[in-house]
Amino acid sequence: MAVKILTEHINEPGINTFEVYRKKGGYTAVEKALKKMTPEEIVEEVKKSGVRGRGGAGFPMGMKWSFLAKPEGVPRYLVCNADESEPGTFKDHYLMREIPHLLIEGMIVSSYALGANKSFIYVRGELMYVVKILEKAIEEAKAAGFLGKNILGSGYDLELVVQPGGGAYICGEETALLESLEGKRGNPRNKPPFPAVKGLYQSPTVVNNVESISNTPWIINNGGEAYAALGIGRSTGTKLISASGHINKPGVYEIPLGISVEDFIYADEWCGGIRPGHHLKAVVAGGSSVPILPANLILNLANGDKRLMTYESLSDGGFATGTMLGSGGFIVMDETTCIVRNTWTFARFYHHESCGQCSPCREGTGWMDKVLERIENGKGNMRDIDLLVDVAKKIEGNTICPLGDAAAWPVAAAIRHFRDEFEWHVTHPHEATKPGAVYPGAMELV
Amino acid sequence: MSNIAEKIAFTPERFAKAQEIIARYPEGKQKSALLPLLHLAQEQYGWVSEEVMDYVASLLNILPIEVYEVATFYTMFHLEPVGNHVIEYCRTGPCCLMGGEDVYAHLKQKLGIDTGETTPDGKFTLKEVECLAACGWGPVFQIREKYYMNLTNQKVDEIIEELSK
Repeated sequence: MAVKILTEHINEPGINTFEVYRKKGGYTAVEKALKKMTPEEIVEEVKKSGVRGRGGAGFPMGMKWSFLAKPEGVPRYLVCNADESEPGTFKDHYLMREIPHLLIEGMIVSSYALGANKSFIYVRGELMYVVKILEKAIEEAKAAGFLGKNILGSGYDLELVVQPGGGAYICGEETALLESLEGKRGNPRNKPPFPAVKGLYQSPTVVNNVESISNTPWIINNGGEAYAALGIGRSTGTKLISASGHINKPGVYEIPLGISVEDFIYADEWCGGIRPGHHLKAVVAGGSSVPILPANLILNLANGDKRLMTYESLSDGGFATGTMLGSGGFIVMDETTCIVRNTWTFARFYHHESCGQCSPCREGTGWMDKVLERIENGKGNMRDIDLLVDVAKKIEGNTICPLGDAAAWPVAAAIRHFRDEFEWHVTHPHEATKPGAVYPGAMELV
Repeated sequence: MSNIAEKIAFTPERFAKAQEIIARYPEGKQKSALLPLLHLAQEQYGWVSEEVMDYVASLLNILPIEVYEVATFYTMFHLEPVGNHVIEYCRTGPCCLMGGEDVYAHLKQKLGIDTGETTPDGKFTLKEVECLAACGWGPVFQIREKYYMNLTNQKVDEIIEELSK
């Protein structure tokens, strides 16, 4: 069995309580960190682990921590990004719901490492029931002396606040999240200054994803080198993958980085294969914003080697033949899927979620939504397909935050790999608009 | 639904909760309590009227416009009266792959209303929302804090009948 860093005890009855979590070795990282380690030593271990941001960007966490400014007399903040909203992604939801103390323990050791005395967990507002689960876990940890004043007699104080959002995908972008946490609209900030210098309340701030922070207790207990020994190359450790779509076993899986995509889809240990009687058509491997790949390209690299579940292998070939690991939102589609319709639902999502601050994104996402709806409904023309590519190009790289790119990439990739399907909608509007209609042309299925 | 003449104020329990929330943030940063307080207000009144927003502004000592601009930005706040049960139905890709659109059509037929409408008896309001972070358990909808997952036509019938009692 592969090493489980986050989910080893997740099926243990009562693991959501302090008592059971503690019995299973929980909070030993807090004891070790506060009694035996300096904050600098913890930062060093996290650096050595090579763990990369699990929210989607994949930026090395230790390096992000080391950028934190430390001016005298100014408070520093750690903010956990639990605004999980990228379509296809539900791992943080699962982790917080099932084993809330893991995140709390991670928040304590990470806050200590960064010198923060008040830290926040910003949870998307729709998950209000998870807010309550976390608040209960915080109360339990506080009662046991792991939070509050002078934790374990170390002289270190920490208060944790759980903050609900209000329903806005954009608040998963870290500067929009900080604006939201300050009680404002979630409009991303111009950078620089980066949050590490001027973040929450204009103070130095680190924003990390739930899964990233949840890795820190293991790293403290076992050492950064042990973590780095797992995985392949710069893809160290394990990754939670949210698997959805036309597979036998949808759910959240903690995989060792480095297994093959083929194993992940077909092995019983993971997705258990495509649902009976159907075949793999395409996969969106890292949440709705990453390029969709047809079956042959998600399973194999352009040179024929097997594609692996790592940051590097998934992006091998660039956007021409590759994609990204992103948030690990792995959406599997069989031959019953209309790529045009699926692309339209994604475009509609980004149109709905654009904050409206930058015109390329505000206008462009609206155009892509409208043009795709037109094509899907049999009212498009051939020029519309090129228009979509053109609009996507004009959004990409021209916005304050990455939402613009996230909106542009899925549309551009769907046309890149499935242009025939878009053209068929234009040339065969009558057939294409029948309920459940799917392009009947030659498709490479697996 | 609130009566216009009724004085807007939190119940004593919610007022105490609001004070506890406001005290969480550093001195001078009380505006951070805005989203939590709007949730608390919506929990009490079902929706967030202008009067409710003005009340929240007064609690935080900020301008009403600072509340309006926030309440209108985030999708969870109902700015018009809604039914007893607001069904927020996910319409994003992964749920659609699992047959979410067909189940939604069934739900609309069952309730006899379209997106954005409220049943004549005031029991149900139907809204379409974007991804609820439950893609592996789709199709999915939410009523207040509760997630209803792996929906089928039959399951939808059972839920609606249960809530109609």
